[in-house]
Amino acid sequence: MSNPPVADWATDFDHTDEQWAADPFPIWDELRGTCPVAHTERYGGAWLPTRHEDVSAIANDTEHFTSRSIIVTPHRPPMELAPEGIAPPISSDPPFHAAARKMLLAVFSPQSIARLEASTRAYCQELVDLLAGRDVVDAATEYAQHIPVRVIADMLGLPESDGDRFRGFVHDVLEGVARPLEERVDILLALYEYLLPYVEERTANPTDDVISMLVGSDIDGEPLTPFHVIRTVGLLLIAGIDTTWSAIGSSIWHLAATPSDRQRLVAQPELLPTAIEEFLRAYAPVTMARLVKEDVEFQGCPMKAEEWVLLSFPAANRDPAMFERADEVIIDRQPNRHAAFGLGIHRCAGSHLARMEMRVALEVWLEAFPDFHLADPAAVSWSVGQVRGPRTLPVSVTRGA
Amino acid sequence: MKLRLDTELCQGHGRCYSLAPELFSCDDEGQAVLLVEGEVPADLEAAARTAVDNCPEYAIGTE
Ligand code: HEM
Ligand code: SF4
Repeated sequence: MSNPPVADWATDFDHTDEQWAADPFPIWDELRGTCPVAHTERYGGAWLPTRHEDVSAIANDTEHFTSRSIIVTPHRPPMELAPEGIAPPISSDPPFHAAARKMLLAVFSPQSIARLEASTRAYCQELVDLLAGRDVVDAATEYAQHIPVRVIADMLGLPESDGDRFRGFVHDVLEGVARPLEERVDILLALYEYLLPYVEERTANPTDDVISMLVGSDIDGEPLTPFHVIRTVGLLLIAGIDTTWSAIGSSIWHLAATPSDRQRLVAQPELLPTAIEEFLRAYAPVTMARLVKEDVEFQGCPMKAEEWVLLSFPAANRDPAMFERADEVIIDRQPNRHAAFGLGIHRCAGSHLARMEMRVALEVWLEAFPDFHLADPAAVSWSVGQVRGPRTLPVSVTRGA
Repeated sequence: MKLRLDTELCQGHGRCYSLAPELFSCDDEGQAVLLVEGEVPADLEAAARTAVDNCPEYAIGTE
């Protein structure tokens, strides 16, 4: 099902190419030096800025670039979906966006997230306890993957036992971009069908979960439609799971491959929050997209209406004009003005949650397995597309090995 | 040194209030709140600079 191989990264790039999935950094570095806004005819036309300055300019220009769809596919979502879009607020443009976003901020604020730390820690501990006694474990599928699923299920008030179901949806939405339009629509309809009974139930019997909060929210005095609630819940599943899984996985991958950094963090756990910001910079998991609203010239490039722009926060984070020794991972880097959670009005609403999950997951892991390393570097595999992280990550956790 | 917070530019990334909690806090939606009015005490100037240099939105300035 994979696309034809890339002939030339400046004129024919493909972010779902295997080479990009395995090691995108040299591709971006090369482009930044030679063709800082690359183009491809694939997906009906798409642009790829790799400089921080350009990524920032587009993220902040909602007049010329719309969030109507933020995942690049060969299709274009119907115009009628604007201004809400398919998953408000991530797919919404101003002025509607602010209202759809505002209702989420309090439940994802640092204060609200701090209350979830103890249960997150207990869950991480449960996961490492299950791995006790093993020599080799898969840190991606047996550890990192489960943490965000459990946390978001708790927040939304959905049964944890449906975890595999959520993961299936998220995978289909994020990685099944080449599928025919009817199949893409079916994936979303299945998600809506699954969520609707919960929304109806919380409408009748509200609790203190996020679905009840959304059901009770309004925009300018109008209660949200069940459809808006469902699409926002769908967004929280899609935005919260593979992203955080990837961020925890990439951090463990880095430490498994870099013993000196691992030893330093075991010896100086107080360095962890700084190291996490550096993992977020260097291995930023999320690339977003915009659609060009009307023909516009950007940095000399003739961008046509309805062409995509890949908004590569990961490439921006590797721009040497912005970061000293941008290609090196420096776990005590300071300052670190990275853009892993986006820039401008769509700044990741879940960033405080994601940071808490990363910190707790890494604290528990490092305490349980201070000596881990890559069991088989060739067996590590990476996800394909706009969310990047390890999907197979065998590590040996034997002490002293 | 004085700090300036541009609340229009601030998107609530939270780098400032994590790194310099003596100088910044947040409201219940995660937006930054500047805690000092006027001169930054000399012993907090380094923390102030750290906050300025880490804000992804360039929302904090000095004067
Ligand atoms: C390390 C993990 C994560 C990363 C790197 C990340 C990254 C991002 C980025 C780059 C955006 C900007 C989108 C754009 O500009 O179009 C975004 C938006 C968003 N993220 Fe995250 N995210 C993460 C985890 C989470 C979690 C755990 C949640 C919540 C469950 C979440 C919820 C959201 C929401 C609701 C938005 C839309 C905000 C808006 O449009 O106003 N994210 N995220
Ligand atoms: S770091 Fe900048 S954007 Fe983030 S909360 Fe502070 S002032 Fe706002």
